[in-house]
Amino acid sequence: MAIAHQFAYQKVATLDEAVEAITRAGPDARILAGGTDLVPWLRDDAIHPDLVVDIKAIDGLNTISLEGDHIFLGPLVTFSDLLTSDLVHDHLPILFEMADTVASPGIRNRATVIGNICSAVPSCDAGPTLLVLDTSVAVLGPAGARTVPIEEWFLGPHKTALAGGEIVTGLSIPIPPPPHGAIYLKLQRYQGEDLSQAGVTVLVTGDNDFRVAFGAVGPIPARAHAVEETLNGRELTDELIAAAVGLVPGAISPITDMRATKEYRARICEVMLERGLPAAVARRDGTGPAYGTRLI
Amino acid sequence: MKLPITMIVNGETWPLDVEPNEVLLDVIRNRVGAKGAKIGCERGDCGTCTVLFDGRSIRSCLMLAVEADGHEIITVEGIPENGVLSNLQDLFISHNSFQCGFCAPGIVLGAHELLRDNPNPSRHDVQHALAGNLCRCTGYEPILDAVMAAAEEARS
Ligand SMILES: Cc1cc2nc3c(=O)[nH]c(=O)nc-3n(C[C@@H](O)[C@@H](O)[C@H](O)COP(=O)(O)OP(=O)(O)OC[C@H]3O[C@@H](n4cnc5c(N)ncnc54)[C@H](O)[C@@H]3O)c2cc1C
Ligand code: FES
Ligand code: FES
Repeated sequence: MAIAHQFAYQKVATLDEAVEAITRAGPDARILAGGTDLVPWLRDDAIHPDLVVDIKAIDGLNTISLEGDHIFLGPLVTFSDLLTSDLVHDHLPILFEMADTVASPGIRNRATVIGNICSAVPSCDAGPTLLVLDTSVAVLGPAGARTVPIEEWFLGPHKTALAGGEIVTGLSIPIPPPPHGAIYLKLQRYQGEDLSQAGVTVLVTGDNDFRVAFGAVGPIPARAHAVEETLNGRELTDELIAAAVGLVPGAISPITDMRATKEYRARICEVMLERGLPAAVARRDGTGPAYGTRLI
Repeated sequence: MKLPITMIVNGETWPLDVEPNEVLLDVIRNRVGAKGAKIGCERGDCGTCTVLFDGRSIRSCLMLAVEADGHEIITVEGIPENGVLSNLQDLFISHNSFQCGFCAPGIVLGAHELLRDNPNPSRHDVQHALAGNLCRCTGYEPILDAVMAAAEEARS
């Protein structure tokens, strides 16, 4: 089936040009990165842009770089790029573990991390992990550049903090001071290419500062602050895990859809946290399963 | 409005005029005539439209044809060298890996990419790499067997 909707296509050479183009075209213009969401939406007639602005001819947008104690990801960094980056392996292996669960090579070779959070689908795999890492989203618009903390990024399904004419120019991800341990657990209907039924990322630092975020079990991926407050500063024991798990129902608001019922999602989030907490701590302490090992 | 593009498909240069809303898969099949890339789900789920784009597997149903301007595409027709099937292709035949063959182009290209990037894959690596390629006929085992055999032969 062809795409019925007609639109203009523009390839730009700089990010400023991209901002200019979508500002001029108004709210019905779209940035095109990997196209793995945009092209199906066009085919389904779900969106009707007048203009599609391709940013893939801009030089240097696929860089992953170390900037002080941050990792910077450019707008064209794909999930495959995360899998092969030494910087990611050395400093933020949790990004590798997350990327490894996304779709399959043919999608990962195109799909960008930034496109993933711009689409803002509740099950987006990048969401929970970028949340626990306190990522900053760099934005450029007609009024200049600004930074949006990731916790203020997701506003609802397909809704983000991006205003008219704005584009995302990068993600700045603070590297938690070593030693730290983290884990991303993603439940799928089968091992293979499937969107998340429920996901959780857990991060723990050397002084037992815990960060927990859930995906696919609410309108947006979200941090579980009440869970974190119960855990913070304490040694992880069975009693503490039970207390944290007891707070899961208040931290999520799952729905029933084609992938799972809300009851199943709610229960599995408890199981995932129960397994994820000790695994993150074990990784921090050097005794956990290698990053990329599936615990569920 | 039609836009002029030039892409290289299986080593041949193709200057074409395409509409912005034309999908790469349709252009490769209908205008270039490389019918190896198959039309399956047309939403990224099945993998049978896979081509190598600058050497990496992508879903040609999820790309606009204009995006291919200046890029190199290899379809399954481009895998044999001088008309001789690759060892991997021969092993797919000798292992009876396919029945209807609809999934074969995507699986040949996906496995080709895997063995190029990871000459020493575990069976799990092969499963992981081909997870996005659906086959409705074979149950996958003879496909995995052939890829493992190709890796082993390349090592010896
Ligand atoms: C078969 C299949 C399986 C999938 N499996 C998974 C999965 O397991 N997990 C998962 O999380 N996702 C999955 N996805 C979705 C995933 O591929 C996308 O969310 C992808 O990451 C989006 O990135 P992209 O570069 O393709 O974006 P595009 O499709 O190019 O763009 C997506 C949206 O983001 C906007 N956009 C992109 N970049 C910018 C920018 N720099 N500034 C402003 N706006 C921008 C676009 O305008 C558009 O609205 C799957 C998709 C398919 C087709
Ligand atoms: S036709 Fe492209 S993935 Fe199915
Ligand atoms: S052989 Fe028929 S789909 Fe794979």
